[in-house]
Amino acid sequence: MNDSPDTRPAIEFRNVSYRIDGDADRELLHHLTLDVQRGETLVLLGRSGSGKTTTLKLINRLLVPSEGELRVEARSTSEWDVIRLRRMIGYVIQEVGLFPHYTVERNIGLVPKIENWPVNRINERVQELMKLVGLDHETASRYPRELSGGQRQRVGVARALAADPPILLMDEPFGALDPITRAELQHEFLDLQKRLLKTVVFVTHDLREALLLGTRIALMEAGHLITVQTPEEFLTSTEPLAIAYRSAFETTFDIPRGRS
Amino acid sequence: MNLWQFMLQNHTEVLELTLEHLWLVGISSLFAVLIGIPLGILITRWLALNKPILGSANIIQTIPSLALFGFLLPAPWIGARADRLAILALTLYALLPLIRNTYAGIKGVDRSVVEAGRGMGMTNRQLLFQVELPLALGVIIAGVRVATVISVGLATIAAAIGAGGLGEYIFRGLAMVNNQVILAGAIPAAAMALLADVSLGWLEKRLSPR
Repeated sequence: MNDSPDTRPAIEFRNVSYRIDGDADRELLHHLTLDVQRGETLVLLGRSGSGKTTTLKLINRLLVPSEGELRVEARSTSEWDVIRLRRMIGYVIQEVGLFPHYTVERNIGLVPKIENWPVNRINERVQELMKLVGLDHETASRYPRELSGGQRQRVGVARALAADPPILLMDEPFGALDPITRAELQHEFLDLQKRLLKTVVFVTHDLREALLLGTRIALMEAGHLITVQTPEEFLTSTEPLAIAYRSAFETTFDIPRGRS
Repeated sequence: MNLWQFMLQNHTEVLELTLEHLWLVGISSLFAVLIGIPLGILITRWLALNKPILGSANIIQTIPSLALFGFLLPAPWIGARADRLAILALTLYALLPLIRNTYAGIKGVDRSVVEAGRGMGMTNRQLLFQVELPLALGVIIAGVRVATVISVGLATIAAAIGAGGLGEYIFRGLAMVNNQVILAGAIPAAAMALLADVSLGWLEKRLSPR
């Protein structure tokens, strides 16, 4: 490594393609080249099937590239010990994936536990994280089914942050929430990110969320990366897909004629 | 002589046959658990083995029990003693519900939960023992329950090859055309099946993730 690892991008996609079972007809991602800078929140924006989630899962090697190279912290994901790699990457998904048989406390302390932290340090860390994501002390001993959607998502974020990973992958984490809770969590995420400065890759199909949270927006369509732009650039972009997105999200609150 | 008098008069023999019956069912169920659960886990990891293993267990299940006892008779060591033979046959019969339920239980665990665990860097072993098996436990116990209840009934047939158990009374009663003697075997066996069903049902409910 010639470059000092601190100046290199945290994540580098170099001509990465992914095909299901190596089948050329089922290519989900076509020759993606993309850097994710340290400390930025890169939003992958696109509709269902555009390859956003595939891109995300390649980073923590839940999927393996069919072609090209993907480096995390300047090292190819194929060279990483996959368990080590995943433990330094926090992962939050829409369905949250909390363990239903674990209390909130145990869910949050999961990665420290499998990393063999001493018990009192795990407990301290869990307390700290619950405060950080705004969970009441008394939720610690509850089970996920006893929580609201918003609380569950907070637990999911706390769990992903538990071992203080430098990288955070978030796959539509607020997608299943009601709009008010969603807005609440989005703003808390912004506050949190200001303090923690993680490298975040955030998947969403919601333009408003992308503009609010992203330092850059990577627009994807049918497995292709269309463009990478800052939110400001995106708002004035002449890229047809960006225009289509903007018009789809224009809020006018008109009731269509013929009804009412 | 009515049934109760018969059972009272022969209470040592009733007890002995009941214990023998319990032994046949208990040991064979234990073997079935020790073999069936690992096989069930194996076919969730190695899908190519799914069809051959479930298929074989299915075929065994279709062999009439008396015929199976007969088939196993020439087997070395096993064939030498009737109780070994009976235990082997009962174990084979109990395999299908155990393999099937272990497989279905693990496959039925919410995909997002497993994926979250994998994404956080849990090893396969950690996923299996901390996530998949605990969440599948209710379904697996349901398999143990079905297997045990079937075994209690099947074990009565083991008496036909001289393995003992409550089937002794049933066959003796049939030969003597004496309903009382038949019932002296059938009633404790039925009670045993009910007891196994109720207690394992309770365990199943307790261990199912809520």
